[in-house]
Amino acid sequence: MSGRRFPPVAALTVGSLALIVVGGILMASYVPRRPPLGAPTALAAVSAALALASVFLLARLEQFAWDRFFVVFRWGLLAYVVSAGMIGFAFVRDHIRGAPLALVLAMLVIYALDVPVVIAFTVARYSSPPHAAR
Amino acid sequence: MTDVQAGTTEVSARRRPEVVPVRGLPVVAAVVAFVVVSIAGNWLWALTFCHVVGGALWTAIDLFVGLIVGPILARLSAPARAEFAARFMPAMVLLMPTLVLMTLAAGFQLALLEGNLAPGNPNHSWLIASYCVVGVMAVIALGVLEPANITVLVEMRKEHPDGAVIALLMRRFVYTAGITGVMQAATLIIMTRVATQ
Repeated sequence: MSGRRFPPVAALTVGSLALIVVGGILMASYVPRRPPLGAPTALAAVSAALALASVFLLARLEQFAWDRFFVVFRWGLLAYVVSAGMIGFAFVRDHIRGAPLALVLAMLVIYALDVPVVIAFTVARYSSPPHAAR
Repeated sequence: MTDVQAGTTEVSARRRPEVVPVRGLPVVAAVVAFVVVSIAGNWLWALTFCHVVGGALWTAIDLFVGLIVGPILARLSAPARAEFAARFMPAMVLLMPTLVLMTLAAGFQLALLEGNLAPGNPNHSWLIASYCVVGVMAVIALGVLEPANITVLVEMRKEHPDGAVIALLMRRFVYTAGITGVMQAATLIIMTRVATQ
């Protein structure tokens, strides 16, 4: 196995996911009351920044198995859009409206992107040179 | 595990696993549809069924894989481990996310329906503790365990799989399954507490 070093794409994406989970727990802990939005908004903003940093580092990669990355990313995205859609549906069904709903939807978008990115990156890094040479 | 870390593994006539077992997708779709209908109709029996059945299977599988299968797997020879993984990992790709989705979505709606989320309810703080436990498990499962699972399957489909990559990621899979298995003990304590208050 090669010692090729990759930028911390997985670490940043998992960090972004963890912040979304914490924000989601904060918001869910107030249901059925209206949650205060300050802390969850800050967590979502930092999470989005980490996700963007991860995408930036990812986009700069050379000699990377992009074909494999996109195949896995597309299927992962499909699965996690369904998962996020179901969570979103539960919030809409429970009459969450306005700014809290917008924040939940934004967090779900980040969640639905983070998980496929970390799965696809992990798969593609082991299909990239020098692994791909075999 | 050092026997597979040396390099490329070539196993003639080996089994090439499906990454996603396509035959299982209709079952997953049916389960998801059932959960959606249960939530949409606030159907008490169906919500309880989804939460209890999903939660029992999720907890039992996590404990069994983390504490029983994992340590056994770690001591198997490389070919035996590869053969086991080729049959076991595809099932986990569909089974675990479906059970988690079923348990959490139905459980949240059930708690709301039964008033357990109201601030004055004695179960409220226990449910927040349960969110925290599930949150940690979710980050481990989605961020480490599932990528390792999928990568092992993709690696095993290659013409010449890298044994070192498979060994590394299987070890990661087994350790993280062990951590989530131990964390399920906390879920058992919380849920039995909630059910008896």
